[in-house]
Amino acid sequence: MSDAAPTAPVAAASILPEVPRLPNHLVDQLAFPRRETYKAMVAAFRDAGFEMCADLCAVDYLTHPGRALPEGVAPERFEVVVNLLSLSMRQRVRIRVQVPESEPEVDSIVDVYPGVDAMEREAYDLIGIVFTGHPDMTRILMPEDWEGHPLRKDYGVGRVPVQFKEAPGPR
Amino acid sequence: MSEHDHHDGGDERDDQDAVELSPERFAELEAEVAERHEVEERQLVAETSEGAQELAPRRTTSPGGLRQEVGAVLRLPEGGYVDPSDIDIEERDDQTMIINMGPQHPSTHGVLRLMLELDGETVLRTKPVIGYLHTGMEKQGEELTYVQGATNVTRMDYLSPLNNELVFSLATEALIGIELPPRAVWIRMLMSELSRVASHLMWMATNGMDLGSTSMMIYGFREREMVLSFFEKTTGLRMNTNFIRPGGVAADLPDGWEDDVDILCETILARSFEYDELLTGQPIFRERTEAVGSLSAEEALALSATGPILRSTGVPWDLRRTMPYLAYDTIEFDVIVGTYGDNFDRYSVRLNEIRESIRIIRQIVEMMPPGDYRVQDRKVTPPPRARIDESMEALIHHFKIFTEGFRVPEGEVYVAIESPRGELGCYIVSDGTSKPYRMHIRAPSFVNLQTLPLLLRGGLMADAVAVISSVDPVMGEVDR
Repeated sequence: MSDAAPTAPVAAASILPEVPRLPNHLVDQLAFPRRETYKAMVAAFRDAGFEMCADLCAVDYLTHPGRALPEGVAPERFEVVVNLLSLSMRQRVRIRVQVPESEPEVDSIVDVYPGVDAMEREAYDLIGIVFTGHPDMTRILMPEDWEGHPLRKDYGVGRVPVQFKEAPGPR
Repeated sequence: MSEHDHHDGGDERDDQDAVELSPERFAELEAEVAERHEVEERQLVAETSEGAQELAPRRTTSPGGLRQEVGAVLRLPEGGYVDPSDIDIEERDDQTMIINMGPQHPSTHGVLRLMLELDGETVLRTKPVIGYLHTGMEKQGEELTYVQGATNVTRMDYLSPLNNELVFSLATEALIGIELPPRAVWIRMLMSELSRVASHLMWMATNGMDLGSTSMMIYGFREREMVLSFFEKTTGLRMNTNFIRPGGVAADLPDGWEDDVDILCETILARSFEYDELLTGQPIFRERTEAVGSLSAEEALALSATGPILRSTGVPWDLRRTMPYLAYDTIEFDVIVGTYGDNFDRYSVRLNEIRESIRIIRQIVEMMPPGDYRVQDRKVTPPPRARIDESMEALIHHFKIFTEGFRVPEGEVYVAIESPRGELGCYIVSDGTSKPYRMHIRAPSFVNLQTLPLLLRGGLMADAVAVISSVDPVMGEVDR
């Protein structure tokens, strides 16, 4: 890969230096805020020149609890992963927030980046993370009356028979 | 049917009502009517709706949701908020109408459903309702090995399948940490650019059709077919080729590929000027595209819009240039930008990107290095077919790769490329097995679709078709 050369961690390092990070991780800078400071940190990155939120998704680490995390970050079942992009600095930063299973909630960052509207809805729909403060926390890909969140690891593939809405049930 | 017939049913009350109606009684009746309307509405909605995913009447929409839908969040200065009751205060539910467009509509490019709130011919609010083509590809990606994974992702954006394979392969290779032989890189670049040409041609065709230019549709499909025949010759399939795989590409280019590509470039470049004549200079086309569906650069950035939509607003952001992958940093090309971010700018950005892609392809033909078309690492790519007959080891490697796949070291990576529709990203989490623990695709169409409410707002219903078309959503990618 020709783009494997790590970019200088200028902006990411200057913001919130107390935030734990993994060094030399492929191309992007990683940051691991606590759930309470997550939104403030995203806003700080936006003010530091990260104009766009490129991607937001969630991961269910139920069957893979031992992933590499920096010291001081306790692994939880869920993780919300936000990829921010700075056009002016040509730099990416990835923010990973731990979200506990007992309370799968995290602040919505739709006020900071309106473009995460659909992405947060998708994460809610498929993984079941509730983004508090999102004005329209509804399912987006699955039918409204679907039960469960398909991308969770304890949601068995093929366990639920495919059922089209309003169609008569299986014999 | 009058209200009191139903609710009171008495003859003597009928006469009374006709003569005089006390204010209390009037208010009571009004309340009854409103209640009945609501019941009817609920029943109607229950028959047809997806419930909360739909565009709700104003009175039942939360202030935050309303701000979102009218795009007021974006037009405000940073951090500021308006009083929610200020938004379109003059609009009442009984003056507007919410209608459905799609999912079965010829100009929604698949199964996109838009709920539009109309005031006469003017669009006030829009809400895209998606998910009709949701096939759980991200979930399926967790069940397939990395070898099989490219077959899965290629079906997402079915108009430029090779770019999907490319981003998936790049992400996998970043996790494994292998370096590709130069020829593999350049073949990938060739296929990616041809794919962009085919995709933009397809867009020209459908956009032409949406704006009433049937000839453009025929021309676009005709030229796209040329590219697809080259794909068929190279990969064996017109679409969903599974040609770009982790570790390289599936096969070397066929003999005489330079001539085929030369003819392709020459024909399509010459014909791109015919499109100019057919569309760019045509007054009807211009009137339907110029100043329709405008977007500012700030709005595009705030909504995470990428690709031609972002570039049409004047932001020179093209990942091939700004964050080069493959060997794009060794190639000369221009990043096409627009000014006003309207339909016409998006059209001209795409038309000129076809020409730029052809410029890139010509350089690739000249500079194509010799050598291997895939990495010679038996743990990642299968041995050549001939070796299997001679070598027991080769047979074992072959068997292992196609039954178990290869193991990928633990880690997570986000890789993004410039697809014809914008930033196509792939986020893979690996737990050290031969299957991705989590595979997430950042689909440009999915994100770009969020610009629709803003683009359509205040415009005419008739322009909706033109605007949807110019956003260029591919529903296979939106819903995944």
